[in-house]
Amino acid sequence: MTLALTDVTVRYGDTAAVDDVSLELEPGQVLAVLGPSGCGKSTLLRAVAGLEPLSAGAIAWDGADLAGVPTHKRGFALMFQDGQLFGHLSVARNVAYALRIRRTPSARVAARVRELLALVGLRGYGDRLPGTLSGGERQRVALARALAVEPRLILLDEPLSALDATLRERLAGDLRSILHDAGTTALLVTHDHEEAFALADRLAVMRAGRVVQAGAIDEVWREPVDEDTALFLGYARVLREDAAARVLSAAGLPPAYAVALRRSALVVDPAGAVRATVESARVTPEQVRLVVVADGIGEVDAVAPLGSRLSPGDAVALHVDVTRLAVLPITAEG
Amino acid sequence: MRRIAGLLLLAAGPVLVLGVLFVLPVTGMVAEGFLVDGRLAPGAVLDVLARPRVHRVAWFTVWTSSVATLLAVVLGLPAAYALHRLALPGRTAVRAALLVPFVLPTVVVGVAFRQLLGEGGPLGSLGLDGTPVAIICGLVFFNVAVVVRTVGAAWESLDPRPGQAAAALGASPWQVLRTVTLPALRPAIVGSASIVFLFCATAFGIVLTLGGVRYSSVETEIYLLTTTIFDLQAAAALSVLQIVVVVGLLALAARLRATPDPTAQRVVAPVRAVRRSDAAVVAATLLVLGAMLLPILTLVLGSLSVGDGWGLANYRALTTAGDDQALLVPVTTALLTSLRTAVDATWMALLVGVVVSVIVTRRSHSVAERRVRSTLDGFFMLPLGVSAVTLGFGFLITLDQPPLDLRDSPLLVPMAQALVALPLVVRTLTPVLGSIDDRQRQAAASLGASAWRTLLTVDLPVAWKPVLAASGFAFAASLGEFGATSFLARDDSPTLPVVIFRLIGHPGEMNYGMALAASVVLAVATAVVVLAVERLRVPGLGAF
Amino acid sequence: MKHVRVRAALTATTSVLLLSSCSLVGGGGSTATESSPSRDVPGETSTGGGTVVLTTHESFHLPKKLVRAFEAETGYTLEVRAAGDAGTLATKLSLTADNPIADAAFGVDNTFASRPLDEGAFAEVSTTATPPEEYALAEGGDRLVPVDSASVCVNVDTAWFDAEGLEPPQTLEDLTDPAYADLMVTPGASTSSPGMAFFLATVAAFGDDWQDYWTDLLGNGAKVVDGWEDAYYGDFTAGSDSGTRPIVVSYDSSPAFTVSGGESTTAALLDTCFRQVEYAGVLEGADNPEGAAALVDWMLGDEVQSALPESMYVFPVMPGATIPDDWAEFAPQPTDPWEVSPEEIAQNREQWLTEWTDVVSR
Repeated sequence: MTLALTDVTVRYGDTAAVDDVSLELEPGQVLAVLGPSGCGKSTLLRAVAGLEPLSAGAIAWDGADLAGVPTHKRGFALMFQDGQLFGHLSVARNVAYALRIRRTPSARVAARVRELLALVGLRGYGDRLPGTLSGGERQRVALARALAVEPRLILLDEPLSALDATLRERLAGDLRSILHDAGTTALLVTHDHEEAFALADRLAVMRAGRVVQAGAIDEVWREPVDEDTALFLGYARVLREDAAARVLSAAGLPPAYAVALRRSALVVDPAGAVRATVESARVTPEQVRLVVVADGIGEVDAVAPLGSRLSPGDAVALHVDVTRLAVLPITAEG
Repeated sequence: MRRIAGLLLLAAGPVLVLGVLFVLPVTGMVAEGFLVDGRLAPGAVLDVLARPRVHRVAWFTVWTSSVATLLAVVLGLPAAYALHRLALPGRTAVRAALLVPFVLPTVVVGVAFRQLLGEGGPLGSLGLDGTPVAIICGLVFFNVAVVVRTVGAAWESLDPRPGQAAAALGASPWQVLRTVTLPALRPAIVGSASIVFLFCATAFGIVLTLGGVRYSSVETEIYLLTTTIFDLQAAAALSVLQIVVVVGLLALAARLRATPDPTAQRVVAPVRAVRRSDAAVVAATLLVLGAMLLPILTLVLGSLSVGDGWGLANYRALTTAGDDQALLVPVTTALLTSLRTAVDATWMALLVGVVVSVIVTRRSHSVAERRVRSTLDGFFMLPLGVSAVTLGFGFLITLDQPPLDLRDSPLLVPMAQALVALPLVVRTLTPVLGSIDDRQRQAAASLGASAWRTLLTVDLPVAWKPVLAASGFAFAASLGEFGATSFLARDDSPTLPVVIFRLIGHPGEMNYGMALAASVVLAVATAVVVLAVERLRVPGLGAF
Repeated sequence: MKHVRVRAALTATTSVLLLSSCSLVGGGGSTATESSPSRDVPGETSTGGGTVVLTTHESFHLPKKLVRAFEAETGYTLEVRAAGDAGTLATKLSLTADNPIADAAFGVDNTFASRPLDEGAFAEVSTTATPPEEYALAEGGDRLVPVDSASVCVNVDTAWFDAEGLEPPQTLEDLTDPAYADLMVTPGASTSSPGMAFFLATVAAFGDDWQDYWTDLLGNGAKVVDGWEDAYYGDFTAGSDSGTRPIVVSYDSSPAFTVSGGESTTAALLDTCFRQVEYAGVLEGADNPEGAAALVDWMLGDEVQSALPESMYVFPVMPGATIPDDWAEFAPQPTDPWEVSPEEIAQNREQWLTEWTDVVSR
């Protein structure tokens, strides 16, 4: 029960939207393909769904090539960014869609629909029309619809990005537990690393049609392969050469050419080894966020505990949190 | 209340036009039957409806039109898909070619069909000549283009993603079609089917030519009663019956049509490459095309046949006035007149049609408002469903006093043609305009756009392709219009169909050949104009 | 940027259409503008000037040269409005008797004459020339002037009969002879003017027994089609390559159009004819009655009369008119055609057609 992509290429005319991509997905895993918009991740998803013909390479399920298998026979449910509910059908009919296609007896359909609506927290919504639902409710219905026939793989196209922040956070948690409880294998594409972290076990970073890095989510997160990947994964800054060496030595690490820092990699601590001057300070619910100019390093981000009274011009000492930085495996030429 | 008043104000122009050019004449003509010595005598008229012959005629009209409509839809859908969604080579040309039957004069098509189906023709062994089957074939031949164009325009701008979502949920292509695509296309399908039904139910020449004298439809019966028998009471009774049935049908169609989901995103899906799985659709399209081509081929061969051999003599003769000076003007001049008239008819139909489409598709804020809108929607479909004979004679007896003395006006022909083309324009535009999310207009308004500017920046970018499709359609309808035109055209400026009819109506081998050649020229002219209009879509595609 | 392109495309569309067809509002051609002097100018009385409007059916046609000569001679401008068939014309004239659509009318024939006459559509008219008495209407002869005649006769493909070695039929009775089974085609009486004329010939010949005759005719395989074109060009062996029937209802002049090698391959059966006479008249309440009268006079003149055969495929009524050689040679006119009076036609038309339709669709 493994999805395997081998050297997959999808071309539109002369340009390769997906260029020589190889990936594997084990049963029960959730793989997120993360990349900026236009990197080819949606095309990759559509290729897996059978909606885009491959120019080269192969997609196989359990070792069997899917080349001749049309979309509807692949048993992969596809969930679009905006749900793509059928506007002329009620919520219950939407959820029941795949079941009816398979001529499931109507009593079983009704029971399963109730169960699924309960699973996504929309009990009693069966008779509503999609047009009357909020964005979050629509995505839940779309999820229920996709899960209805227990697909062997579920394909998610930015399932949460159309939603507002709080809703996204809540639905992300729900989605993760629903996927894990159902033991569903899922392939997710997104441009939002938060969404990827919230849902996935494994991560593949895609840029300009190629997968630049793939692995378990914490591995990738800890060891981004280059500067662009680091920035895309949410690292705030990349320091090079002397600045990088200074930060690493302050952290007690061997020197390297480049290091990526998260916003909270430097923490105000009177015992800290790095001296800096505060440029600006902003209070957030969890901590105070600073921009400082550190000696021999330059402008970097830092954080201070809530309640710290700091203002521009103040001198501070900073401690380096080693869990919040990543040494990049690049050199001057890279 | 104020919204409704504003709505009515906007609608006033088109309503006035239709009131003068349609309601007034039809009422006037029907009144001729209802008034006996200046007094209202509806009893005699209603007695007519009890005649068994009237029942037979009405039933024949309903069943042949229904079957023909069904067939036109069934045959038109695969072609609409293949020609608007698949990257078939030459599809633009085929699309234009499909409009050709629509413009051919019925007399000519009648002769072509009879040469094909007649006792000595290649399909004579089928024994279809003079049967209802032949009539239905003819009606379908004329009307498939309506389905292909109206549904094709909607299909072209249909979001493919719900269908893909369904496929990913395990729906086979057939199930996707049935459960997702067809429901989304329903407004366009019902709209085109109702137009086709109206065209069929009011078909005149086809029923006469292919049905022989055995079969009468309501339309041919009205003609017979009015011009040959001069029984105006019976004609009025049938006209009223026709109007009642048409209004009922339009109300039904409006219910079935239902408004499309305005929140659905509209995308212009790029055509995709033909795959092996499209074989059935492509085959069906080719079949339709072949069936359309057969009578046309008969025409072309006939036009090239000279004496015992083949040649272009019939075409060379088109610049002359015909054998024995059969014509006042050469065919080439008539072609120019036709094109000029069609241009006028097209802009008139577009002008009124766009206003009407905008009016009927705006979101209603109350039940009363919605009712007003849907009534207007049906009202502008009426001209298709009412006898051209009643309308034509009505013109003569009602528009005969200043300031409305239009009887002699050269504007009358394009106006009458525009009236016929108007429903085509409205039915092509409303499914598209109706599917624009109203929030986009609100967004435009909130950014400071006037109503006019909103129309230009929100509606037009989505609707301009269907507008082009509609204009090509209106143009073709006008080029081929014969019924009203032959009644109203002036002798010094006949249109091409009128000239063809004249040529075919007189003995002389050359005249018959010329009539066929002129028909081919008319067909080619239509195809070229429609093709040119469609070509203009290509630069626009780059913008998406 | 999108709407800029849209607008450009729309502008292009419009200009292409305008350029290609030079849209005129109203679509009138160059010829229409010639006849612009309005006939509705108040105070302008018709003293040898202005426009004469002629309403007629769609088969009307006269050479331009003649029309120009008329206009030069009389000072009138002739405006022809030709539309619809003879029945449509008669209905138009009847319906607009109070407010005429023209000054003069041409093309009402003896099968339709009584209707507009009854409605008072025509005014009295006197002409310089007097057409032969045989064409005059018994009632309304002072208002409708005969201009041309065309007899509807059964035509046979003599070449076909020669090739088959079969003697062609001669009379109406012959047509029900089993020897001629499945050989005849006729346009319908309810849908076609020659069809009606042939039907009237049978009514004149068989009186009240016409239904029996038609039953026999159809029993002998006669085929009824919609229009003359269908019969002649669709089924008639001499009119179409795919035609299968050598007997057709057509005109007495038709044999003149099937001449090949100095001989006509068809012939009209002169004992089966019904004569249609077409009339002209001045409309009651015309704006320009003098002009209309001059027009009617002109139609009886030698130029128009001699032009009728080639222009409208009909015979002139005036004895002095020239007839084309082919006509004189191959298209003899019946000397004693069957006749039914316009009054009788008007009274019985509906009933006859109803009964006829019943017989035919039985």
